[in-house]
Amino acid sequence: MTAPMPVRPPEPPEKLPPPPGPGATTPSAPEQRRPSRLLAPLRETGKLFALAVAVARAIFRRPFQVREFIEQFWFVASVTILPAALVSIPFGAVIALQVGSLTQQLGAQSFTGGASVLAVIQQASPIIVALLISGAAGSAICADLGSRKIREELDAMEVMGVSPIQRLVVPRVLATMLVAVLLNGLISVVGTLGGYFFNVIMQDGTPGAYLASFSALAQLPDLYISEFKALIFGFIAGIVAAYRGLNPRGGPKGVGDAVNQSVVITFMLLFFVNMVLTAIYLQIVPAKGS
Amino acid sequence: MGIEVVVEGLTKSFGKQNIWQDVSLTLPAGEVSVMLGPSGTGKTVFLKSIIGLLKPEQGRVLINGVDMVNSSERDIMETRKLFGLMFQDGALFGSMSLFDNIAFPLREHTRKKESEIRRIVMERIDIVGLLGSEGKLPGEISGGMRKRAGLARALVLDPQIILCDEPDSGLDPVRTAYLSQLLIDLNAQIDATMLIVTHNLDIAATVPDNMGMLFCRNLVTFGPREVLLTSDTPVVSQFLAGRREGPIGMSEEKDAATLAAEQLADTVPPRTGPRTVVPQLEPSPGMPVRQGALRRRERVMAMMGQLPEAARTAILDSYAPAAGGART
Repeated sequence: MTAPMPVRPPEPPEKLPPPPGPGATTPSAPEQRRPSRLLAPLRETGKLFALAVAVARAIFRRPFQVREFIEQFWFVASVTILPAALVSIPFGAVIALQVGSLTQQLGAQSFTGGASVLAVIQQASPIIVALLISGAAGSAICADLGSRKIREELDAMEVMGVSPIQRLVVPRVLATMLVAVLLNGLISVVGTLGGYFFNVIMQDGTPGAYLASFSALAQLPDLYISEFKALIFGFIAGIVAAYRGLNPRGGPKGVGDAVNQSVVITFMLLFFVNMVLTAIYLQIVPAKGS
Repeated sequence: MGIEVVVEGLTKSFGKQNIWQDVSLTLPAGEVSVMLGPSGTGKTVFLKSIIGLLKPEQGRVLINGVDMVNSSERDIMETRKLFGLMFQDGALFGSMSLFDNIAFPLREHTRKKESEIRRIVMERIDIVGLLGSEGKLPGEISGGMRKRAGLARALVLDPQIILCDEPDSGLDPVRTAYLSQLLIDLNAQIDATMLIVTHNLDIAATVPDNMGMLFCRNLVTFGPREVLLTSDTPVVSQFLAGRREGPIGMSEEKDAATLAAEQLADTVPPRTGPRTVVPQLEPSPGMPVRQGALRRRERVMAMMGQLPEAARTAILDSYAPAAGGART
């Protein structure tokens, strides 16, 4: 401390209250408990959940922002469809080749179709959806909301009595959810076709066996859980992106950091949630034929 | 008629830093008030606290019985529709044209037809002198134009309470004068309660009915304009004169040593008689009489006994020429 402490001037006796000394500067200090540094992650998590609840409630509040929803839906779809299709072909192929060579060693070649389709639909497809939704759509949403926040646009909106959650966040979250579900369908189809193509053409599998094992092992609940996962992933990606976008830390660089964090946090959350959902699904839905 | 805003014991801190404490004042309904203060004394924070964007730790802001600090989010949202807030840099939506920006509150809160919205918006655009620019994006216009567009957007719902955050920053003196006149005319037309936060001395001297000043984490005074304009409090007289000598330093407060040295050197120029109070702006010809000014006259006359001598003389002088405040 080289600079002298600012001391208030001795005059104005009657108009000004007594000088706020070092002890008196924060009269509210005793009532505010200093938050523990250890609890910081919990606090962030709590705020994230609070936002999720607020968004879930605002979804049912009228008026619904149809226009914003359609615009966002179109935007999210347009940035994810092509990469999704391009990624899903090699992904399906890799799984088909891997499963194909494994079953060949085990002598269970006739089950290649079923195994690779299950792997694509249950695991690969929702994961690809998660990567694309958070990487392409989530980052864009986070950057958009973050820059609006630092330009005080969100404050201005709140001042006009319009809730940014209802006006901006809800349409975006719904858009990512819907796109995730539809995208998951697209990836499942393309991935399965890719797997079929590589198995039949490259590994000399028989089309009949591929399709027969398909219907022997796969069942409709496999598709349901896949779509359900995609729905949850879309929701989480939308919420995390919105949360980080609404709370950037200071200035344009804060927005960049927020985008970065939103993608990383979403990835980690989605892989974890995927594990939990898979474990629960395998427990409660009996495998076909068992 | 505007709505009274009652602020009671408001205290706000960011972390350990106290911004201001125990601020209590009443913005009388339909009158124009100005909050002065050196840069960095939390004037904007005060404005945002009134409208509920920031939550002070203590105190209340009562508007129509709703406490903007502690009431439920729903009540606060409803009450905000009574407000028009002009942000320091406009805070326009960057992705929308000026027209859509100004039409935004109408489209969100009313069920007006598009033709009607167009009429109202163009009227407001005309008032703030932006005709011809309505199709431009906020990024394509100058800072002063953004500010005026922000004002137009704040006015579009005929608010009962108008808050202006530094209406003069980024405007040249002529435009500032026009804006001052515009604010007074608006007040005459819609009789809204207005609070202007500024450090522009011209606005402070000519526009308000009431004035307050924030300094050093406290509200120095708040009352009829004459009280502040004739005040002998060193902070106030230094600020109004724009001098370096006095308690306000470069980093808000001077340290005691500098101040003592200043007093020894006696650099504070001696006052030459009482300060003259510039007459307040009147609405342009053709505008209705300001109801707020009439109410204020009664209010001030009733509290005459509690005012300092200099303020009393100034008030009597200002009301002397013609009854009703209609000077020519």
